[in-house]
Parts: sequence; structure tokens; C-alpha cells
Amino acid sequence: MASAAEIARRDEQGKIRSRWLLSAPALVIVFIASIGPLFVMLAYSFMAKGDYGDVKPGEFSLDGWFSVFLQRDIFDDTLSLADAHLSILWRSVRLSVITTVLTLALGFPTAYFIATRLRHTREIWVFLVTIPFWTNLLIRTFAMQQVIRNEGVLNTLLMWLGVINEPIPIMYTDWAILFGMVYVYLPLMVLPLYASLEKLDFRLVEAGYDLYAGRLAVLRRIILPLVKPGIVAGSILVFIPSLGAYVIPRVLGGGKNLMLGNLIELQFGAGRNWPLGAALSITLMVLVMVAMLFYVRNAARSGGGHG
Amino acid sequence: MARALFDFRARPRFDIRAQPGFGVLALFTFALLYLPIITLVVYAFNASDSLSSWGGFSLHWFAAAAQNQAVQDAAWRSLIIAVSAATMATIAATMAAIATTRTPPYPGLSVKYAFINLPLMVPEIVTAVALLIVFAKVKVWTGYTGLGYLILAHTAFCIPFAYLPIRARLEGMDQSLERAAADLYAPPWQVFRRVTLPLLRPGIIAGFMLAFVISLDDVVISEFVKSGGQDTLPTYMLGQLRRAVTPEINAIAAAFLVLSVALVTVFFFINRKKA
Repeated sequence: MASAAEIARRDEQGKIRSRWLLSAPALVIVFIASIGPLFVMLAYSFMAKGDYGDVKPGEFSLDGWFSVFLQRDIFDDTLSLADAHLSILWRSVRLSVITTVLTLALGFPTAYFIATRLRHTREIWVFLVTIPFWTNLLIRTFAMQQVIRNEGVLNTLLMWLGVINEPIPIMYTDWAILFGMVYVYLPLMVLPLYASLEKLDFRLVEAGYDLYAGRLAVLRRIILPLVKPGIVAGSILVFIPSLGAYVIPRVLGGGKNLMLGNLIELQFGAGRNWPLGAALSITLMVLVMVAMLFYVRNAARSGGGHG
Repeated sequence: MARALFDFRARPRFDIRAQPGFGVLALFTFALLYLPIITLVVYAFNASDSLSSWGGFSLHWFAAAAQNQAVQDAAWRSLIIAVSAATMATIAATMAAIATTRTPPYPGLSVKYAFINLPLMVPEIVTAVALLIVFAKVKVWTGYTGLGYLILAHTAFCIPFAYLPIRARLEGMDQSLERAAADLYAPPWQVFRRVTLPLLRPGIIAGFMLAFVISLDDVVISEFVKSGGQDTLPTYMLGQLRRAVTPEINAIAAAFLVLSVALVTVFFFINRKKA
């Protein structure tokens, strides 16, 4: 005869076993088509490149990783910094930072505006932000292309107004990528900011005014510190996909203004350098993980502060 | 309605909520969000065959898109993939959500969370090339080049999206009804089918719709995983953008847009009723 404690323990173990069985399909699918391939890619980054793409299986080489930052001169074999890769890496980081700042500059007033509407109308404003968010990214990029083309809405309007005589060429420049990214990722900034601002206790704002603070002081010393978690969350949500952007620079940046995502694609296409492509992908992933760690640390700290 | 939206009522002399310029910036943002989409839709009705001039109202390009065999095939393929992937992802996510909620912590629970949510954290282009590497090998080994790869890849990145609303719904659910059913000698399967599942239905529907929209919208992973001649609607459009763009693409985009907006609107009202 088993004791009551023994039965309870077995029952508990049985439950845990069935919980593992239940979650098995999801775990297996994610492993096969998401996590597993990442490990294969890690292995590929340490192999020698094949002559027509792919790799030479089992042949260990650090060339992929070296060529992320360095290039070998084809004549005398000397190493120098890989300017092309570094400038693309730098462009990706720079454009992503600017995109984050611009979406914050537009997104904060917007989220604040929504949060200060009457309760039953807020929902409608939020819904208006959600619609573009759920619209296909490619379609939105294409829509932006129609606005900034030489014959597009923006140039036509400016010429009609007499501000300019010749269309300003925006397409296929860094500006085009920037316009596209701000437009596409704006909802990702507004939504978390709104979630934070909605909970803002305006009695604190009132208290600030009672103590003779001006509008700017209230904004800077009371509102901004209180919604900092929302600002950090929104910035991360915009920064991460910007860094890995592929469709937007491909459509709006043309062939010349590459970002990291396009550089990676190039290695698997015309570049035929899979180990370099794998190493660049892992570099991108590490950059994203660093941004994420920053967010988690920040969230943990402010979580303790404001409850 | 418009009156309520803008709060045009008498304001107190000093509004503590007001910040100068914020309203203008907010309206500018909304204009920015909608202007490109509206332009796109308007130009879909352009009779002229170039995008640079307006030639009057016409449905010509919608007809042209609907009769284009490549567009029909791509749309059909997108639909098959989205329905299969969303269905499989929703089933797997429902099972996983039941296994990971309403339980005391057990070893491996946090690993499961991390696993299920990982596809959300990895940049799409990285997953895409990793899948390209693996599937290129598998295609050679097995000789199979069907839609299975696309469906599998889509299922994987749809799982976290299906999982989130289902888990949220489960966590808010009262366990006493299920206990009562068990007290009345319902076997576990019947408790699940007659009590848990009906209560969980709104979460499952929300999860399925999210997964469906996410799959339908995907460009990057599909672009790298597809074999030759397996364009989905978004990858077909991406390919067309390289060439001279005709309003036909606008027509496809506009139709796609209407579908997305319709789905989001339905989703919005389902959630609102629940709240």
C-alpha cells in the first residue's frame, strides 16, 4: 500500500508529464523551424565557403567571422578594415537610432493626445493606430514609395505650392529608408507609450502645478519619469525591427543603400559567401539581444520603483 | 461623433492635461499614418496606366489583377498556407497554453516560455536565412519541394502570436466550473470538451485570427523559404516592385488592405464585446 503522500507525489509527477506531452507539439515545431536552424547557422559561420555558395562541409575556417570586420587584399594578402561592411553596419545602427528618436518625437505627443481624450473615444483613436499596424508591411512600404517618388504626392504638392521648382529626389537615398521606417514603425511606439500614459495619475500633474511648476517642468520632471517604462518599451520595439529591416531598404533604398538585412541576403545570393552571411546574421542577433538585455534590466529596475 | 472625438466642449481656464503643440503633432501623426494608405487606394482606381498621372476613375486594374493567373495562384497559395499554418499553430498553442498556465511552477516551465516566445525575438531576416540553409539541404536529401516547408516555417512563427491571447484568456478563467464538472463525475476529456473549451473559445478565435493575419502578411521568411514558382501574394508583389510598377499592384495592395482592415475590425469588436 502506498502512503497518501506517495500517491500525491505520483499524481503530481503524472501531471507534469502530461503537461510536457501537451506542450510537445509547439516545442518541437519551434525547435525544427526556428531554434534548431539558428544552431546550424552558427556552425555554418565556422566553415569554409563553398565555391558556388553553401559551405565545404566539415572544413573549419574563421574566414566568415574575419570578413565581417576585415578584408584581405586580393594582391598582397594584407588585412585591412572591411570599410564596406562597417559602413553598412554603421548605417543600420545610425538609421535605427534616428528612426527611434523620430518615432518617439511624433509618438509621444500622439499617445499623450489619445490618453487625454474622453474615456469612450480613446478606444477609437487607439483603433485608428492599430489599423496601419496590422496592414501588411510591404503594402505600407509601397504606399510610402508612392508618396516620396519624384512624381509622388509630396513632390507634386510642394511644386504646386511653389516651394520647389524641381522634384526633390528622395527615393533610393537614406532619407527614403528613414521616411519608410518612421512611417512603418510608428504604431509600435505609440501603442506601448499609450499603455503607460493611460495609467498616468493626473493628480500628480496637478500637484506639480500647485507647486508653481511650469508646463515644461511638469512634462520633464513629472510626466516623463512616470512613463519611462513605456518610452523604453516603445524604443526597443522600434529599434529592434529597424536594425533587422530588410524589405524597407530593399524597396526604398534601391540597390545602393544597403542595411544589415540586405547585406546578409547578398551573401546568400550573388555574394556566394554563406559563412560570412551566417556570421553577419549572428552579429545582428547579438546586437538585438544586447538591446533586449538593456530593456529587461531597465524594466526590472523601474518595476521596483513604481510598483 | 466627430464632436466627441475632438472634445470640443467648454474647457476650464487652465487645463492641467493640456501640453502646447501636442494636439497638432498628434493630428499630424494621424495624417502621416493614413495619407500614404489613402493615396495607394485612390491610385488603384486610376484609369491611366502609369502612376504619374490621373486618368479618371476606373475598376480596370482590379479586373486586370483578378484575371492575372500569377496573381490568382499566389493569392490561393497564400490562403492555403495561412489557413494551414494558423490552424496548426492554434492547436499547438492551445495545448501549450493549457500546459503552461494555472499550474504551480515546475522544472522546465520557464524554458517552455522562452522557447515558445523565441520566434518573436529573433530578427526575421536571421530566421529566414537560417531556414534557407537548413531547408536547402533537406530539399536535396528528400527531393520534396512542396508547400510543406512554407507551412512549417509559418506555423513556427505563428505559435507565439496564437499562444499569447489563449494564455491570457486561460489565466483569467475561473477553475471552479471545471472542478464542479469533475465533482459530478465528468471524465477529464469531457471536462475539457464541455467546460474548458467553450470558455476558452474567444481566446482561441483571437489567437487563430492573429496567426492568420501574421502568416498572410509575411514577406521575408516566405521569400527565403519558397522554392521556384511558389510565390505567395506578398512575395509576388515584392518581385513586381523591382519592375516598372503599374496600378495593378495598387489594386492588389488595395484589395489586400481591405481584407486586413476587415479582419482587424472584426477582431476589435470581438474583443470589445468580451470586455
